Amino acid sequence: MSDSIDKTLQSMPMAKALNAGMRQAMANDPKVLLMGEDIGKLGGVFRITEGLQAEFGENRVLDTPLAESGIIGTAVGLAMRGYRPVCEIQFDGFIYPGFNQITSQLAKLTNRNEGSLQMPVVIRVPYGGHIGAVEHHQESPEAYFAHTAGLRSVSPSTPNDAYWMIQEAIASNDPVMFFEPKSRYWPKGEVDLSGPAAPLHASRIVRLGTDATLVAHGAMVSVLLQAAELAAADGISLEVVDLRSISPIDYEPLLESVRKTGRLIVAQEASGNVSVGSEIAATVAERAFYSLEAPVLRVSGFDVPFPPAKLEKLFLPDADRVLEAVDRALAY
Amino acid sequence: MAETENTSPATAVQILSTDGTVAPTASAEPYLEYLNRLTDADHEQFYRDMVLARAFDTEAANLQRQGQLALWPPCHGQEGAQVGSGRAARSQDHIFPSYREHAVGLVRGVDLLGIIEVMRGTTHSGWDVSDPSNGNFRPYTLVIGAQALHATGFAMGVKFDGDTATGNPETDQAVMVYFGDGATSQGDVNEAMVFAASYQTPEVFFLQNNHWAISVPVTTQSRTPLFQRGSGFGIPSVQIDGNDVLASYAVTAKHLDDARSGGGPQLIEALTYRIGAHTTSDDPTKYRTQELTDSWIARDPIVRFEAFLRGQGAANALFESVAAEARDYASDVRKRTHAIADPEIGLMFDGVYSDDHPLMIEQKQWLEQYEAALGGGAE
Repeated sequence: MSDSIDKTLQSMPMAKALNAGMRQAMANDPKVLLMGEDIGKLGGVFRITEGLQAEFGENRVLDTPLAESGIIGTAVGLAMRGYRPVCEIQFDGFIYPGFNQITSQLAKLTNRNEGSLQMPVVIRVPYGGHIGAVEHHQESPEAYFAHTAGLRSVSPSTPNDAYWMIQEAIASNDPVMFFEPKSRYWPKGEVDLSGPAAPLHASRIVRLGTDATLVAHGAMVSVLLQAAELAAADGISLEVVDLRSISPIDYEPLLESVRKTGRLIVAQEASGNVSVGSEIAATVAERAFYSLEAPVLRVSGFDVPFPPAKLEKLFLPDADRVLEAVDRALAY
Repeated sequence: MAETENTSPATAVQILSTDGTVAPTASAEPYLEYLNRLTDADHEQFYRDMVLARAFDTEAANLQRQGQLALWPPCHGQEGAQVGSGRAARSQDHIFPSYREHAVGLVRGVDLLGIIEVMRGTTHSGWDVSDPSNGNFRPYTLVIGAQALHATGFAMGVKFDGDTATGNPETDQAVMVYFGDGATSQGDVNEAMVFAASYQTPEVFFLQNNHWAISVPVTTQSRTPLFQRGSGFGIPSVQIDGNDVLASYAVTAKHLDDARSGGGPQLIEALTYRIGAHTTSDDPTKYRTQELTDSWIARDPIVRFEAFLRGQGAANALFESVAAEARDYASDVRKRTHAIADPEIGLMFDGVYSDDHPLMIEQKQWLEQYEAALGGGAE
């Protein structure tokens, strides 16, 4: 390897990639500022913003009062003033006090102003299970926001995507809900600091296969890759699509895959009822009906509140549950 | 009057007594210097603003009754609080209204037909705040109290930008947010005061206590006079007679100056009254007595200020010319309301996102083709 490649390819966990991405965005644009609970001196409960307040100062990295609606609502006002706020919601289950400011204000203000007002606000949400935490700390609330017009919603599954997508989200002139799969914060991956970045809303085929297509976003992508690996040992070839964006959804790569395999399994940590997976199943049925050899199947969390941590392994879909669905699809 | 017992104006700042004589309360002392800056022409302007706002408001309510508007939220009775505070703001200041601040919009230079358009259902905003002619008066917010946080965030930005507290009142910026007594129960208003106090924003919280949140009296919102809550947040707070346009002007001018010169957020509670219904869909006879309303009509801000002007020697010709101007204005509003065109399909899709979005493109195109195939179109 040459020196230049050594410099631009770095192995780091998603937590560090997000930190590096935000540092880059803040260095590039003095209007970018971070807001949230405990994100300054502490660096956030997950340390994602570690060191940024020391580097950029207290007016660029704000340890806010403890009020989610206040964080989002003042971020809206700062965006009206020309800032590009990046808000951290400490845990998925704490986002609801800010729901009105996100869905009725942030999401609608550009529309209310007939397009004359931009709302470049990013809301970072550590989400999902697998961390053994108490109630409200392991949820997957993304469907509420994917449903809301005026918002964009994305979720990286790798450190490289995290590095680039957080910068693209900050550069977006629209509000972006940025769902960070917290169970993927610490596994390392290769980050290509020289780019190029894929478009923020592009989905991507991450493993080629021929017998069925698996699709997911966030932490579930690694479960699908694990399932595909296990299936390959049994001679079943599974294609895996990483959505990356859940609003809007880039359907074309997914449809292309389904036209090839004829079967689709949608997986998600979230409860399945009225979920992102439901929307994908409906859309693929509408657009690829004659290519389908089997109904689109969903593998989801159960339609219950996230259970106490000792039950989370039973709640969250794992590779075996995905493969059970693959078997059902292949039986048609 | 059980409904108003917690808002006793005993200490409220007042300049004009209800009969229009100049009789400042002791609490008015710190504000009197601001009155000395006013000329006769300023006084006449205040009067003209209030009369025009009421003519507009009355005309709009009539237009609603005639089926031209879906709804009208009248500002009748609150013109003193609104004109005084609105005129106290400087041109570089930023105003975040709720949805009843028609008189503030008027004095900031907004074409009030924009409010009519909102209530008619042809737009959600009605005016573009990025157009300097609209006096930094932002579009209405209908979710109660939500704008208080926007104002506070904006004011944080003003401070971060260094556009305040430089020592030059001609350019230093301040932010003023309007909300009502009902809004004081909302979390957003309370969170806004927490953030404002934390970041010492250059901001005035202007609370119009019109005594009613639709049908619920202010006593249900609070057991204590609302302005007293400010001190709990560490925010200097004052209560005024909101139907005294001079008190509203002087107190707001001083507290905006305090805010713009580094004094942090301020709270003004203006005691006023919603003479009309909450909106044209409301029926106040179901929850309040005419006697109570009459007692507030007797404190009408326009009648009071006319008495003041006459006491100052204003001629009949002034009142006649303002009345004629108001008639012409209302007639013009009526004429222009009838001429408002329905929006095009594009309004629904084009401003949802700032950057391109596939669903907007796809669905707009679909609807246009669908409408065209029907041979009509949504024009």
